[in-house]
Amino acid sequence: MPSLSSLTLTESQTLLQRGEISSRELVSACLERISALDGTIHAFLHIDAEGALKQADEADRKRRTIDDGQSMPLLGLPIAIKDVLTVEGMPCTCGSKILEGYIPPFTATVVKKLQAAGVIVIGKTNTDEFAMGSSTENSAYGVTRNPWDTSRVPGGSSGGSAAAVAAEFVPAALGTDTGGSVRQPASFCGVTGLKPTYGRSSRYGLVAYGSSLDVVGAFGRSAQDVASVFSVYNGRDPLDATTQDVPAANISIEAGAGSSLAGIRIGVPKEYFIAGFQPEVEEKVRAAIQKMEELGAEIREVSLPHTAYALPVYYLIAPAEASANLARFDGVRYGPRVSGETMWDVFTKTRGEKFGDEVTRRIMLGTYALSAGYYDAFYGQAQKARTLIKRDFEQVFRAVDAVACPVAPTTAFKIGAHSDDPLAMYLEDVFTLPANLAGVPGLAFPVGFDAAGLPVGMQLMGRHFNEATLFKLAHAYQQATDWHVKRPTMGDGP
Amino acid sequence: MSSRKPSGRSTLHYVIIAPMPLTIQEVEQIAKLARLELTGEEKARYREQLSAILEHVAKLQTLDTDKIPPTASIFSGDSHLRRDEPRLGLPREELLKNAPEQEKGQFKIPPVFE
Repeated sequence: MPSLSSLTLTESQTLLQRGEISSRELVSACLERISALDGTIHAFLHIDAEGALKQADEADRKRRTIDDGQSMPLLGLPIAIKDVLTVEGMPCTCGSKILEGYIPPFTATVVKKLQAAGVIVIGKTNTDEFAMGSSTENSAYGVTRNPWDTSRVPGGSSGGSAAAVAAEFVPAALGTDTGGSVRQPASFCGVTGLKPTYGRSSRYGLVAYGSSLDVVGAFGRSAQDVASVFSVYNGRDPLDATTQDVPAANISIEAGAGSSLAGIRIGVPKEYFIAGFQPEVEEKVRAAIQKMEELGAEIREVSLPHTAYALPVYYLIAPAEASANLARFDGVRYGPRVSGETMWDVFTKTRGEKFGDEVTRRIMLGTYALSAGYYDAFYGQAQKARTLIKRDFEQVFRAVDAVACPVAPTTAFKIGAHSDDPLAMYLEDVFTLPANLAGVPGLAFPVGFDAAGLPVGMQLMGRHFNEATLFKLAHAYQQATDWHVKRPTMGDGP
Repeated sequence: MSSRKPSGRSTLHYVIIAPMPLTIQEVEQIAKLARLELTGEEKARYREQLSAILEHVAKLQTLDTDKIPPTASIFSGDSHLRRDEPRLGLPREELLKNAPEQEKGQFKIPPVFE
């Protein structure tokens, strides 16, 4: 019999509600699989086994006193949280030495909402330092390995969360997406990952990287699972003034429903099918688009003419915002301190020693772009170009309901492949950056495998606050295909 | 890099204005502004890498944005401030728990002035 950890969130939810399994059995199965296989994968930076089992017992007791799953729809279900979101009492390192030993005294709003719905936080997952990277190699605590091929990266920056879901350690996990950090690892690990609309969910308790871009996203093994998690954690938060005043999304997808896509118009942007990317990626993505056409969707070629500028725009705006956000790490209020004669010495020594290479590089790039004499030419120009990118999407979404394209130019690459060339690593993000710059939602999910057996992902982007259409499309596709149920073979795990 | 540019199917053309590579003095100035202590080896490496990145992003300067307003945030000017009502924050002891050094209920730092 396969382990309970291999069940999807929705399957476990049903079995728990019927009383066929207990939360203790489910959480125990996840913990056993983690303990057998995470030595190889290294998805987790922190695991709270004892606390998770205790909460599982509480969930099992609570289930006897509530009549239905309505008030606590996720009661007793274990999930993992990317280590850039705070959970009171659990270490939060952001993958950085500068936060080693930091125990936050408060819980992020998105996590609180999930806990209120009954979720059990099993642990914190690995990330590129401060979410800066596309491979999880920039973590100060070691790389996470891709469950499909452990010589390859899981993508990043939410690589730990994506790998944890792909390896069947947990049915779902939270990540964050500033330039593709949920969608690209979802693609590399063959799972479903959502980047919601900017301002859709709270960032209170998220350690800020690029504040005009950061969003909290979710991973699962189906669109339905991701929709269940997203429906719980999204919505306005008085503690985050950037959350928008729109009704919270409550997306319910019934199994088997929604297989006809009649009336939905999908745009295929020609700028996303460029020379020089892996031919199998284009082939699988085009086949998936054709499948959606067979399911009733109308397919049109569209143009997002400023796509090629997204990379330079992003790599000016995100580092500029990071250079300001990361000024708070100075060895005074939290984290370790490198001692010095004066306060200024403490700042420069602590930051110089404890920040890793990529974070240092982005702080410097952002500082340069914002500095006197360069501001207009770099940061100011990037903000104007961002307007053009945003307008491209406004234009396209007058004609179509969603845009379909690849998530990344390639499947998962080898660990170390880009380690000497930061610019080559940045190019991994070329198809995911535009959604963050325009603030639109994006959903990534598997649509096939390359010749090496690595998952290929497709991305759907939609109008602001219209995650529901993306879920409808992905769910219909997943009802008609079985790419999303394929799992990596991983040795002798339970 | 040329393989990543749009193919013939696109109408975009770039004229890349390569800025002068950064000097070591400029790298030192940036590091000073950002309060980062760097070793000699790091300065040399970041000089090379940042120069390459700046050369790449400089292609933005070829874009005509004369009449284009900047976008600072997608829903700018639309932040929702909560009512200015007093509420309890976290207790002082909780906030000091993570401090590397503290004294008399306050964060402790070395002298600000030399």
